[in-house]
Amino acid sequence: MEITNKQRMAIKRQHMPEQDPNTRNKNFTEVNYGYDELLAMEEARRCIACPKPACIEGCPVSVKIPQFLKAIEKGQFAEAAAILKQDNALPAVCGRVCPQEEQCEMVCVVGKKGTSVGIGHLERFAADWERNNIGIQLSEVKPATGKKVAIVGGGPAGLSCAGDLIQMGHEVTVFEALHEIGGVLMYGIPEFRLPKDIVRAEVEGLQKMGVKFVTNFVVGMTETIDELLDEYDAAFIGVGAGLPYFMNIPGETLNGVYSANEYLTRVNLMKAYDFPNSDTPMFDLHGKVAAVFGGGNTAMDAVRTSLRLGAKRAMIVYRRTEAEMPARNEEIKHAKEEGVEFMLLAAPLELIGDENGWLRSMKLQRMELGEPDASGRRRPVPIEGAVDDVELDVAVIAIGNGSNPIISKTTPDLKVNKWGNILVDGSTMKSNKKGVFAGGDIVTGGATVILAMGAGRTAAKSINEYLNNPETW
Amino acid sequence: MNKIVEARFLGPDVKLFRIDAQKIAEKRKAGQFVIVRVHNDGERIPLTIADSNTADGTITIIVQGIGKTTKHLNSLEAGDFIHDLVGPLGKASHIENFGTAVSIGGGVGTAIAFPTAKALKEAGNHVISIIGGRSKEYVILEDEMKAVVDEVYATTDDGSYGFHGFVTQKLQQLLDEGRKIDFVLAIGPIPMMAAVAKVTKPYGIQTVISLNPIMVDGTGMCGGCRAVVDEKTVFVCVDGPEFDAHKVDFDVLTKRNKMYLPQERDSLDKHVCHIDNMYDAKVKQNEKVA
Repeated sequence: MEITNKQRMAIKRQHMPEQDPNTRNKNFTEVNYGYDELLAMEEARRCIACPKPACIEGCPVSVKIPQFLKAIEKGQFAEAAAILKQDNALPAVCGRVCPQEEQCEMVCVVGKKGTSVGIGHLERFAADWERNNIGIQLSEVKPATGKKVAIVGGGPAGLSCAGDLIQMGHEVTVFEALHEIGGVLMYGIPEFRLPKDIVRAEVEGLQKMGVKFVTNFVVGMTETIDELLDEYDAAFIGVGAGLPYFMNIPGETLNGVYSANEYLTRVNLMKAYDFPNSDTPMFDLHGKVAAVFGGGNTAMDAVRTSLRLGAKRAMIVYRRTEAEMPARNEEIKHAKEEGVEFMLLAAPLELIGDENGWLRSMKLQRMELGEPDASGRRRPVPIEGAVDDVELDVAVIAIGNGSNPIISKTTPDLKVNKWGNILVDGSTMKSNKKGVFAGGDIVTGGATVILAMGAGRTAAKSINEYLNNPETW
Repeated sequence: MNKIVEARFLGPDVKLFRIDAQKIAEKRKAGQFVIVRVHNDGERIPLTIADSNTADGTITIIVQGIGKTTKHLNSLEAGDFIHDLVGPLGKASHIENFGTAVSIGGGVGTAIAFPTAKALKEAGNHVISIIGGRSKEYVILEDEMKAVVDEVYATTDDGSYGFHGFVTQKLQQLLDEGRKIDFVLAIGPIPMMAAVAKVTKPYGIQTVISLNPIMVDGTGMCGGCRAVVDEKTVFVCVDGPEFDAHKVDFDVLTKRNKMYLPQERDSLDKHVCHIDNMYDAKVKQNEKVA
């Protein structure tokens, strides 16, 4: 029975079922359970199918959102997944980690007068439904073109680029430095937010479509870009974020001080939470105090991981206020529910260790908001004399990453900016080097999974045009 | 997966592996390393490439069994596979004709010094190699070293072979004899490298050491391998592994290397127990059959 838009908009947003905060903060199992079929169909009914869907424009990979929501509403879940995958190579991943509230859901018309349609939750539902019920279905692959593309980096940018190029009929090989494909999806985002089996399943889907994966291959060291170009017709560089930033305060080499990259890589990729069943050790956090410096999603991942590793106290230390935190609302909310303390308007001045080089405490400067800075945000300024000593065993620095120098140093004719980020034409992702395209964090600096995937898609489109008409590029 | 084509012990717990790795063999230069993972739940550890053969596409690594991973590695034989092997990583050694160069290796450090000593010789240096060990059986690669450099001196702490004393004492002896030394490369345990730096500093001899800190990815992503050199933080995996010995903060290096000592002991105990149990079970089974 057809319902009116008014009736649609009167339906309340369906709550995502999730683990109890006091249970989940002690395990690494996924926090969100996902919608069941009834919840999903009810949530999909809230979409009013706008004639000019703003949500599609809000999506970096232009998923045909109203179409897949309509399919869910009708109970055609396999169809919904197929529509999703026309534009998104990793829908189960994106349904979990995309900042939808800043993208599709932010511009959702239903959201203007209430709460937006739960597009992210529905994307997750459709992808999970397909995987769990009928197995990942392969998208159609065009006849082979005989052209070969090398993708450098098996993270979100590379996988999305590979997914599009393989469908266009090109031969695609992804080169990954680590021993598993997935990049930040494997080493960075924790199991409780993105189960690794889901990443593996989506990668396997790409493999079945014909994408070749080579792990343990550091482009630049094992072979240079130029050497790859002897064999491949084009290359896409999506090597992600590089060297982690430290704060340059005293005490950062103390034992117990980690970059977020190292901290999360040990726990996620290397499974240190399962030590000694897995061989990679981790600082024993049971009964200890952990502080994470930073306010982004990575900081939330690290602090919530600390609780799960047994920390008696885990805190976020951020020099501005919650309003300025770059992390997704859901991550902040989940962290608070789980018992994370938020020390806002505070900045560490010094990390202090004992005679054996172990972290013991930090000197913490309290801040207040002063005059607006160039970005229009009120600048945090130190309150004179307001310095506390805080007991601390583990400090995780999650303030972002610089670029990795390996590619730029071994490809001297590739243009990079003064921070080492590869310079590309923003509409095509083309670099100054013929046949070489780039996207994701190595171009933009630290950003999100979906923006990297968007860049990968744009690059795939350009690479396809380049392969068809190399002389015009 | 990379196949081990040759495996043999050079000394107690010190084993040489020749491994199929065509691309790495072609690319690697003296001073560079690989990251190895022994099994699916294994940790990633850095090991310097001791040698390579482009003709048969193999690289050589020499491993001292200390922790769980290296002991596991040393239980592997020719025909077995290394689960993951990636490289070459790090910067190559800076090689030039310095004049007279001394290459010092302590224990398994000799294996790491070997390719650079060879490269220094090829660059025209007069190369003196000092090979140290606790006792005779820990002195490795003496013949191999003799084949590529000009002078080789073995030293043992207990006097069971060669010069009785530390490598630093042998170095001091050469200096006292008035030998003109233009460059020193020292690779071995941290206290040994610190001691060499102390000996050469008053003479103003350029001294390079190769650091072997705890690493995870080995490509600069994690920052776990950071060390302090010239009062600045460096990432050993991409900025090194070789650094000016007179500028390295050995105190930070020593303390950071102990980060996981309790866990490493725990892990090793369980591993050894596991091997013992397997052995006991096998013995019992054999008894039953008998």
